[in-house]
Amino acid sequence: MRFHTPKTFENAVAIAAAASGQTRFLAGGTDVLVQLRAAMVLPDDLIDLKHIPGVKEITRTSDGGWRIGIAVSGAELGRHAGIGADYPGVVEGMQLVGSTQVQGRATLVGNLCNGSPAADSVPAMVAAGAWVSVIGPQGVRDVKVEDIPAGPGRTTLKAGELITGITLPPRGANAGDAYLRFIPRTEMDIAVVGVAVNLRLDGDRISEARVALGAVAPKILLVPAAAQAIIGTMLDDAALDDAALDALAAAAIAASTPISDKRGTAEFRKDIVGVLVKRAARIALDRAKGATK
Amino acid sequence: MSKVHVSATVNGDPVEFLADPRDTLLDCLRDQLGLTGTKEGCGTGDCGACSVQLDGVLVCSCLVLGVEAEGKRVETVEGLSSGQDLHPLQRKFIEHAALQCGFCTPGILVAAKALLAQNPDPTETEVRYWLAGNLCRCTGYDKIIRAVMDAGAEMRGAN
Ligand SMILES: Cc1cc2nc3c(=O)[nH]c(=O)nc-3n(C[C@H](O)[C@H](O)[C@H](O)COP(=O)(O)OP(=O)(O)OC[C@H]3O[C@@H](n4cnc5c(N)ncnc54)[C@H](O)[C@@H]3O)c2cc1C
Ligand code: FES
Ligand code: FES
Repeated sequence: MRFHTPKTFENAVAIAAAASGQTRFLAGGTDVLVQLRAAMVLPDDLIDLKHIPGVKEITRTSDGGWRIGIAVSGAELGRHAGIGADYPGVVEGMQLVGSTQVQGRATLVGNLCNGSPAADSVPAMVAAGAWVSVIGPQGVRDVKVEDIPAGPGRTTLKAGELITGITLPPRGANAGDAYLRFIPRTEMDIAVVGVAVNLRLDGDRISEARVALGAVAPKILLVPAAAQAIIGTMLDDAALDDAALDALAAAAIAASTPISDKRGTAEFRKDIVGVLVKRAARIALDRAKGATK
Repeated sequence: MSKVHVSATVNGDPVEFLADPRDTLLDCLRDQLGLTGTKEGCGTGDCGACSVQLDGVLVCSCLVLGVEAEGKRVETVEGLSSGQDLHPLQRKFIEHAALQCGFCTPGILVAAKALLAQNPDPTETEVRYWLAGNLCRCTGYDKIIRAVMDAGAEMRGAN
């Protein structure tokens, strides 16, 4: 295995494009090293992206969104007050990844590019409408986060392509998001179901929403039908009424095509996705109304 | 396989070693530098026995490559005591009998030290969540938590 530490993204692309065997990029390494040890993936070329200037930075975009460097760890994201205030759902999703030790290394981009259908940070990024900047032998392009996963362990990135940053759109007024997952214990497990809801209020009416589901399909799903179930709904006593919540749950269940495995049966996952999507919508709504928890 | 020359600082001392790019930092600490206080339980990030600080950040050394340590500061359990003087955490672990086989202890000491450095007065819940990635098969955790809380109190000058 050859180990590379390029100082620019262009150089990283050149190394990847020239490589003939297996190539992996190295961010926090919390997936790469586990796969290396299990001899699941034995790269010929391993390209460490952490020496490229700026990869540890979080900056405001000119329109008021956020740009997150590809080597920002979960712990660093969690300490960032600005993103925590704008997108608490994205932060809580990432902070569920692993232990304190894993948080010191793991990144959003690694979580996305590892391609797990249960990746905890991805549903909230999808719900937030985040996109990634991609550079490759053919130049640069922007890709919506939901268009990156291609199936378990696979992405739509082409040979030699890599991600240079994640952008969260400007938050705007009266909006909130939330991520919830179900695991059989309180820490250190893989999501049986994950649900993210992001919504905006216009007075007493839900004017925008995005709903994303994890661990209930071969890849993380954006479910427009679930969002449609609550868009336009008037709040009743400042809360979502039961009919809207039931329609939301029904749409999420209908979109889910889970497998049965040791963590849960397909029936159980479908049941839980309906429960969690209602809870996540209530939390997102409270946050849109100004709750800071 | 060509080896890579790595220079780093371990427990304040400059060190140099030759690493196969596939070797983890854990392998390099134990096999190249003879620092066998850092343990390997799982090798996959689940148990925390291999915990060290890398440039001040608590990490699993089994999830870091040795070559990634180039130019960095590494702190291991061997750096806790000063000479014969045990660190308050080490003393409190003995006082509270917070270990049985002791295999998890180095990782827990390093993790607890990192916690108290950034949060000198943690609640019990904060200690439990911080240490959730450090598995112990012997003690049932209660004595570990009490030892960490007590060491924190002593280090704050509270008893
Ligand atoms: C003990 C433990 C517990 C865990 N718990 C969870 C959990 O609860 N939830 C969860 O979702 N995950 C969990 N994980 C998995 C892992 O920690 C996350 O997926 C993490 O976010 C991966 O990020 P990383 O920076 O470490 O990725 P790396 O291992 O560095 O990379 C992962 C993949 O992304 C690719 N990649 C990295 N950067 C780029 C880039 N810029 N462009 C293109 N490709 C890139 C790499 O080539 C590789 O294929 C756990 C892992 C461990 C070891
Ligand atoms: S040996 Fe590193 S976490 Fe278990
Ligand atoms: S004392 Fe034996 S594993 Fe903790």
